[in-house]
Amino acid sequence: MTARDAAESPTPVDFGRATRAIRLGPLSANLPLRVVAVSLVLFALAAASAVVAITIGKYPISLAEVYQALSGGGADFPRTVVLEWRLPLAVAAVLFGAVLGIGGAIFQSLTRNPLGSPDVIGFDTGAYTAVVVMILVVGSSGRWTLAAAALVGGLATALVVFALAYRRGVQGFRLIIVGIGVSALLGSLNAYLITRADIVDAMTVGFWGAGGLGHLSWPILTPSLMLAAAIIVAAILLSPALKRLELGDDLAVTLGTRLVAARLSLMIVGVATVALVTAAAGPIGFVALVAPQLARRLTRSPGVSLLASAAMGAALLACAHLISLAVAEMYAAIPVGLYTVCFGGGYLVWLLIREARRHGGLR
Amino acid sequence: MLLAALGGAAMLSLAIGSNPLSIAEVWHGLWTHDDSTASAVVWGLRGPRTVVGIIVGAAFGVAGALIQALTRNPLADPGILGVNAGAGFAVTLGAGVLGLTSVTDYVWFAFAGAAVATLLVYLIGSAGRGSTTPEALVLAGVALGAVLTGFSTMLELLNPQVFQAVRNWGLGSIDRTELPEALGVAPFLAAGLLIAFVLAGSLNSLALGDDLAASLGTRMLRTRILGIVSITLLAGTATALTGGLAFVGLMVPHIVRWFTGPDQRWIIAYSAPAASALVLLSDVIGRVAGRPGEIEAGIVTAVIGAPVLIALVRRRNVSGL
Repeated sequence: MTARDAAESPTPVDFGRATRAIRLGPLSANLPLRVVAVSLVLFALAAASAVVAITIGKYPISLAEVYQALSGGGADFPRTVVLEWRLPLAVAAVLFGAVLGIGGAIFQSLTRNPLGSPDVIGFDTGAYTAVVVMILVVGSSGRWTLAAAALVGGLATALVVFALAYRRGVQGFRLIIVGIGVSALLGSLNAYLITRADIVDAMTVGFWGAGGLGHLSWPILTPSLMLAAAIIVAAILLSPALKRLELGDDLAVTLGTRLVAARLSLMIVGVATVALVTAAAGPIGFVALVAPQLARRLTRSPGVSLLASAAMGAALLACAHLISLAVAEMYAAIPVGLYTVCFGGGYLVWLLIREARRHGGLR
Repeated sequence: MLLAALGGAAMLSLAIGSNPLSIAEVWHGLWTHDDSTASAVVWGLRGPRTVVGIIVGAAFGVAGALIQALTRNPLADPGILGVNAGAGFAVTLGAGVLGLTSVTDYVWFAFAGAAVATLLVYLIGSAGRGSTTPEALVLAGVALGAVLTGFSTMLELLNPQVFQAVRNWGLGSIDRTELPEALGVAPFLAAGLLIAFVLAGSLNSLALGDDLAASLGTRMLRTRILGIVSITLLAGTATALTGGLAFVGLMVPHIVRWFTGPDQRWIIAYSAPAASALVLLSDVIGRVAGRPGEIEAGIVTAVIGAPVLIALVRRRNVSGL
C-alpha cells in the first residue's frame, strides 16, 4: 500500500481507545465506549440508591411495594407514600446531582482547573444570598420568585467574579481567589441578615443554607425539572464547543468556534445549574467540584466528560441522599448538603495534599 | 502617628454607641472613676470592649504578618486559612460532648481547635518538598474551613437545644468577652507577641530564601517551629476571645508594608497597633451602621477585607515578599 493509498482510504483514525460513531440525522457523535460504560454503571448506581432511598422513612416500605407502586399497582397508602412523598425526593437527588456534575464539568473545563468549580468560586453563595435577600428583606417566598432570584443572584455573582478576575484574560487561580473573596463578602452579608431576622424567617433561610431535599414535592419540583431538562439539552448541544475550547483558543477558532459566544453560553448554562439547585434545595456544596474529578479518574479520559460527570454527580447525590435518610432514621435529620460538604471538602483537601506531594509543593 | 491613630480609634470606640458621649466626657469619665453616666459607660461597657479590641487586633495583625513571612505567602491570614473554623468546631464539640455553657470554658476549646487547625493548614501547605503557591494554600485553608464548618453545623443540627448557646459563635465580635477572661488568656498573647518580636530578625533572612538564610546563620527549623507556636498562641487566643475576625491579619501587614518597606522587625512592630486601630474602627463602624443594634466587627472586617484580597490577587507583584 503506497502512501497515497493510505491517505485516500477511509480508515478511521485510531484515538487509542474504543469509540463508536453514532449518526442521528444531521447530528453525529463519536462516543468513547469506556465513558459510556462507566456512565451507565454510575446512572444505574444512582437509580438503585434512589429506589432504596424510597423504602426508608417513618413508614417503611418494601422494595416489592416500591416496584408495585412505580408500575401503577399496589395498595393505596403505600402508593401515595411512594409516588407523592418520596419519589420527588429521589428524582430530585438523581437529577440535581446530574445537573451539578454538568455545571462543575463546564466550569472546570472552561477554567482548565479542577478547582474552578462553581461551589469554590462562590456562585452558589451568590444564589443563596439572592434567596436570603428575597425572603428576609423583600419578604417574598414564592417558589418562582425564589428560583428567579437564585438565577439572577448566581449570574450576577458570576459576572462580578469574572469581571474582577479579568486582567488580560482570566487566569484560573486568580479567578478562584477572587471567587473566595466575593463569597466571603456574601457569606458575611448572609450571616448578618440571618442573625437580624426573626426566628421563623431565620429557620426558613437556615434550612436553605444547609441544602436539603426534604421539603420537596411535585408542585415545587416541576419548574425545576423543566429547567433541568432545558439545561441538559443545552449542555448536550454545547458539548462539542466545550471540547474544542479545551484544545486552546487558537485551535478552537481554527475549528470554527466563536469563542465569546461559546464561552458565554457555556457560562450561562453552568451558572444555571447551580442556581437551579440552590433555588430548589439550597446550596449543595462540592458535588460540582468532586463529580468531574472522580469521573475523569474512572473513565481514564484526559479531559472532563459531561456525560460521565453528570452520571457521577447523580450517583454521588443519590448516595448522599440515601445516607442522610438512613442517618435520619437512626439519629436526626441532617440536610444532604452537609454530607456533600464534609465528604467533598475532605476529598478536596486530600486532592490538594496529593498534588503537593506529586509536584513538590501546592500549585 | 500609628499610636495617635490607635488612640483616636480608642477614643471613638469609647465615645460612640447607643449613648453617645463627647470626647470631653470620655476623657472625664476615663480619669474620674465616679458614678456619673459617662464613667459607667466608659468603664463598665465600652472600656472592656475597647481593651479586648486592642488585644485581639494586635494578635491578629502580628499573626498575619508572621504567617505571611513564614509561608512567604502574601495571601495568608489566620481567618482565611481555616483557624476560625477550627476554633468554632472545637467550641461546638465542647458544648455538645461536655455540655459547656460559659464563655470561660469555651476559650480553652477554641484555643485548642485553633491550634490544631493552624498546624493542619501548615502541614498541608508544606506537604511535598517544593514551595507552595499562595493561592493553593488559601484553597487548602478554605477547604479545611468548609469541612470543619460543615461538621459543626451537623453537630448543631443533631441536637439543636444544646447548641443554642454556641450559635453564631463564628460571627466575630469583640463584645463577647468580659475583661477578666480576656486578661486570663493575656499571658498567652504576651508570649506569642514576645516570640514574634524575637523572631523578626531571622524572618528577614528567611525572606532571602532557605539556602541563603541558612548560610547567614539562621536556624531554619527553630525559626519555623517558633513561628508556628507564636501564630498558634496569637491566632488561637484571639479567635477564642472573639470567634474570629477574618481578613485583619491579611490586610494590616500589607498596609504597613507600604510605610515600612520589607524589614520584618518594623512590619511586626507596626502591625500590632495598626491592626488594633483597624479592629476598633471596624467595631465603631458596626455600631454606627447597624443602629439601633450593631453589626459584629467580624462582619465589618470581612466587608472591608474581601475587596483587599481581590485587589491583592489582581496586582502582579504584591508588596515585596
